[in-house]
Amino acid sequence: MNTKIAYLIAIGLLLVAPLAIYPVFLMKLLCFALFASAFNLILGFGGLLSFGHAAFFGGAAYVTGHALKVWGLPTELGILVGAAVAGLLGLAIGSLAIRRQGIYFAMITLAMAQMVYFLFVSSDFTGGENGLQGVPRGKALGFIDLQDNLSMYYFVLAIFVIGYFVISRTVNSPFGQVLSAIRDNEARATSLGYDVDRYKLLAFVLSATLAGVAGGTKTVVFQLASLTDAHWHMSGEVVLMTLLGGLGTIPGPAVGAGIIITLQNYLASGPLGAWVPVVLGVIFVICVLAFRRGVVGELREVIRKSF
Amino acid sequence: MLTDLLGFPPQVLFGQLLLGLINGAFYAVLSLGLAVIFGLLNIVNFAHGALYMLGAFAALAAAKWLGISYWGALIIAPIVVGAFGIVIERLLLRRLAGVDHLYGLLLTFGLALVIEGTFVKLFGSSGMPYSTPASLQGGVNLGFMFLPWYRGWVVVASLAVCLATWLLFERTKIGAYLRAGTENPKLLQAFGVNVPLLTTLAYGYGVALAAFAGVLAAPITQVNPLMGSNLIIVVFAVVVIGGMGSIVGAVVTGLAMGVIEGLTKVFWPEASATVIFVVMAIVLVLRPAGLFGKAS
Repeated sequence: MNTKIAYLIAIGLLLVAPLAIYPVFLMKLLCFALFASAFNLILGFGGLLSFGHAAFFGGAAYVTGHALKVWGLPTELGILVGAAVAGLLGLAIGSLAIRRQGIYFAMITLAMAQMVYFLFVSSDFTGGENGLQGVPRGKALGFIDLQDNLSMYYFVLAIFVIGYFVISRTVNSPFGQVLSAIRDNEARATSLGYDVDRYKLLAFVLSATLAGVAGGTKTVVFQLASLTDAHWHMSGEVVLMTLLGGLGTIPGPAVGAGIIITLQNYLASGPLGAWVPVVLGVIFVICVLAFRRGVVGELREVIRKSF
Repeated sequence: MLTDLLGFPPQVLFGQLLLGLINGAFYAVLSLGLAVIFGLLNIVNFAHGALYMLGAFAALAAAKWLGISYWGALIIAPIVVGAFGIVIERLLLRRLAGVDHLYGLLLTFGLALVIEGTFVKLFGSSGMPYSTPASLQGGVNLGFMFLPWYRGWVVVASLAVCLATWLLFERTKIGAYLRAGTENPKLLQAFGVNVPLLTTLAYGYGVALAAFAGVLAAPITQVNPLMGSNLIIVVFAVVVIGGMGSIVGAVVTGLAMGVIEGLTKVFWPEASATVIFVVMAIVLVLRPAGLFGKAS
């Protein structure tokens, strides 16, 4: 009941937010909130640390950009094509990575994502260092002109809400319960007869696909797909957002993304602009040492203790 | 005639082979350090690339401000950076005992961002030259190729350090403790061995190895704040291929991957950046535990 009210308030705030805040900034925030929420599916609920999610985010960013610019697909379809390719990439990388556990899983996903990054650097369709520029935003549903920032914002908000709903439904479904059981005790889940690897792989593919939705949407918003989207710094950033917001909580990653994107925007315009990676690194260290539950996790703990 | 080997002039082939061996030597020393650290701390040290870079900067700073030669730097830089590693272990990593190993990776990732970000801000991201020591300038013509002395020295020095590490672990008392600490730290502590101290030393030693590789690399690659940031990912792939179980495994895999990379540069240059990752994928399909790993 309480969560329902909280969600209604959040959606209400998001609906009126562009009146007070620059819509492009809000759109960026929503894209990364979706990216981090998708990532949390595999880290927070599957217990698998992927250090390669930039490959899915960046891969979908390029494919969507290509689909809209070169093939001239409608915007929605372009994003879906990007997400599908990210899902396939997730299937390929995931089926390799689940062969190892724990720390090796992280190293394998990182290495595979780096390979994808090198492929993007050297292939023609990505435009190399320049990236894919001037991707047309197109029209939503064929008639809403997305060139207008406000229409674009509500389009992105709709995508975010759908993506968030899919993630929250997945976590609360029987599938999500089994996934959490595997995270907490893999041997036990196996002995209960669950095909652990299939659950892990499905969760990974779903996470990659939704990360792809976020990446594709980001391309439409900024009309640009670049190597930054696929670089391993991006993989690190999404880990940080999730960790900062709260691992294994549904709203946590979105909150974490909000904090990091706001911070980056704030720092970039000030004298500390060049220090952004250092600031992110310091937050990382503090989170790991003192703040492992994240903002939402700590808040819940405070509420639990005081009532 | 040996002028054309497989359609390539031997100078090209052997030249790339040598470059491959040098890269392989760096992979070997770095993955060896990672394996030593992982053995006792159960942490994959993401900051390894940044510490390798610190080794090169320490050599540069020593030459600039203290007039210390390359040979001095080869000793001093690993000690200084290793001491820095000990501080990291005592102040930060120590606090993660008992929590999921993944947090160690995340903490060291954060450290890598801080260290590299600070150096990029202070020194820019372009390289600074560090000159080859006078005694190793020039080279020798072997008939089929030209061997620069310095490059030969890098391979020899790396292998010597790997051998010394092997002797330390397999033939000394402290090595026996280190191996026991990898197997069962609680039991070792019950026997009265100071395991926390051993852990600190192991981290310091692993970091010193990274710094040593950094000094060796300085005259070849120039000194650049980001010299370790992409390298560490390749080293991770090497570690996945070889497994972190044995010293010999780490060294052999490192060298072999360097040579494979070098040969790919000759036969299919476009694929040379990704070949190690492809090998990793193949190994994962055929032998998931890694070439030298034990199946868990």
